[in-house]
Amino acid sequence: MKMFKQVSQELVQRTALWLVASVVLLAGAIQTAQAQTALEIVITEGQDSARPIAIVPFQFRGEGESPYDFAEIVAADLRRSGRFGPVSRNQLPGTPGKDADIEDYAAWGRLGVEAMLVGEVSRLSDGRYQVTYELIDPLRGQITGGSAQALVDGRLIDSNDHIIEGRSSVVSEPQFRQYSHRISDVVYEALTGERGAFLTRIAYIYVDFDAENPYHLMVSDYDGYNERVLLRSPEPLMSPTWSPDGNKLAYVSFENGRPEIFMQDIYTTSREKLTSFPGINGSPAWSPDGRRMAMVLSKDGAPNIYVMDIESRRLEQITDHWRIDTEPSWTPDGQSLTFTSERGGRAQVYRVDLNSKQIRRVTFEGEANLGGVVTPDGNGLVVVHRANGRFHIGRQDFPSGNLQVLTETSLDESPSVAPNGSMIIYSTTHRDKQVLALVSMDGRFRARLPSREGEVKAPAWSPFL
Amino acid sequence: MQLSKLVKAMIVAVPVVMLAACSSAPDDTSTTSTDGTTTTGADRRGVESGAADRMLSPEEQRQQRFAELRQEHIIYFDFDTSEVRGEFAELLAAHADYLVRNPSVRVVIEGHTDERGTPEYNIALGERRAQATADYLRNLGVSASQMTTVSYGEEKPLARGSNERAWAQNRRAVLVY
Repeated sequence: MKMFKQVSQELVQRTALWLVASVVLLAGAIQTAQAQTALEIVITEGQDSARPIAIVPFQFRGEGESPYDFAEIVAADLRRSGRFGPVSRNQLPGTPGKDADIEDYAAWGRLGVEAMLVGEVSRLSDGRYQVTYELIDPLRGQITGGSAQALVDGRLIDSNDHIIEGRSSVVSEPQFRQYSHRISDVVYEALTGERGAFLTRIAYIYVDFDAENPYHLMVSDYDGYNERVLLRSPEPLMSPTWSPDGNKLAYVSFENGRPEIFMQDIYTTSREKLTSFPGINGSPAWSPDGRRMAMVLSKDGAPNIYVMDIESRRLEQITDHWRIDTEPSWTPDGQSLTFTSERGGRAQVYRVDLNSKQIRRVTFEGEANLGGVVTPDGNGLVVVHRANGRFHIGRQDFPSGNLQVLTETSLDESPSVAPNGSMIIYSTTHRDKQVLALVSMDGRFRARLPSREGEVKAPAWSPFL
Repeated sequence: MQLSKLVKAMIVAVPVVMLAACSSAPDDTSTTSTDGTTTTGADRRGVESGAADRMLSPEEQRQQRFAELRQEHIIYFDFDTSEVRGEFAELLAAHADYLVRNPSVRVVIEGHTDERGTPEYNIALGERRAQATADYLRNLGVSASQMTTVSYGEEKPLARGSNERAWAQNRRAVLVY
């Protein structure tokens, strides 16, 4: 694997803390894996329903070339959300850098865009840059001529209400990419009313069977850039899951010849073994309050669901059935878990109330449903749905409702939902290799993260960071 | 006279040819002419003797067969089941016999699955395969204390690829001594 160092903007403040714990392979140097190139867009059924938007290249007010293409990152983020369809650059009627430079709002209105993003970059000293941008409603601008006035406290003042957002920041070069994602968040929230999830990360397992230590625990930006190796091991690593504060991962490691659950701070080398019971120690899931860990243990026979108080290590058994119970996942209120069980024959998703221990079956459609995850708003359940021997990602209303199949890829598994509930990242098989893919919550937009050599699986989307 | 010489020669030559054919190292001093007569370097070869296989006792035969069977450490499963297939009865009997005779020997039974289904579910399924194998051996008299099980689910495939052939090879239990 070819490696090169690409400094993460987000990590700049934390660079000193990014002492990667290559615990199993202590000799391993801190590595920055090769960043993924842009997401490969494989199906864009969402494009006709995506809202057109104009992302104008930011204008560089200085000598020479612009140091960075902020607009490109923003456009890619917005396209990837499935909600927006950025108009291609060669269709734009001009390249204004600010509202005042827009000569004809009507020309932009004719593009059919509901909003346009313009920006300017100018060089300050010490490798720092002033980045200024405005999000503009061209139709409103056309109506008001860009100079609306409004009555405020009985006085008529300029309101410029066609400018939806306008911000300016000083940004240094290593932060360019992170700042681009921040602009995406601002645009997304201004236009949808929902928080953007472009400044988030994913954790996943990368397996290179030809390497001496094939199993890697990885973290990258949500779009696959700024990949970091947190752990390399000769034995399997599984099931990474984020702590709600985004500082830690829990995962399963077979480094001692058996599965054990570990917790690891992603910014320090701190690493702690949480469980090492006989049999399965698997499928860890942090509670929303961060104090408890749901998990699967088979120490007493069949795999059952348990919840451990992390500080006291006190264990509570939640399910007790002789058939397989696995894949616990917290509902956002922390009051119940969904889990996969074979108690009804084939695997289906059930829900258990943690106080009453009452268990209800949740999924009924298809041959089997596994790996249930409740969406952040608590109204949806994302599952791995098996029908006709095929595994796809599906969504149904929670706790009950019809199931909608979202994907057409093959052998889909390990769905994880973005913290704003807009997208699902999951593992799928493409050309005989496991790769990661994205699908919007309505199934209309699908994209695939291209993979290099080896398998990429078990993605886990971070909380808001 | 000519005829009786030829007959004599054949009486000597034929067994020698047959012995030479049985010998693992071909003797290139012995050549057979096209008319069927044989020139043998009798003074250099001396006599050769063959040996019959000693009759093995049934128990010895069984041990020999079990030793061969024990070269194989893997049994395979059908999709989404942990039922031990009948075709592996003899193989497992061979391992059980060995473990019963050698109570100090420990074995780790690994359970594996193909890639279909979720990794977490497959860990559980792999454990069930390992346990089914251990149960089978226990029923043949192997002490539970000699066996430990570990499931790797779909994480350590034997064959790569997303096709039925690879999947069939990956659905397995492995006896690791």
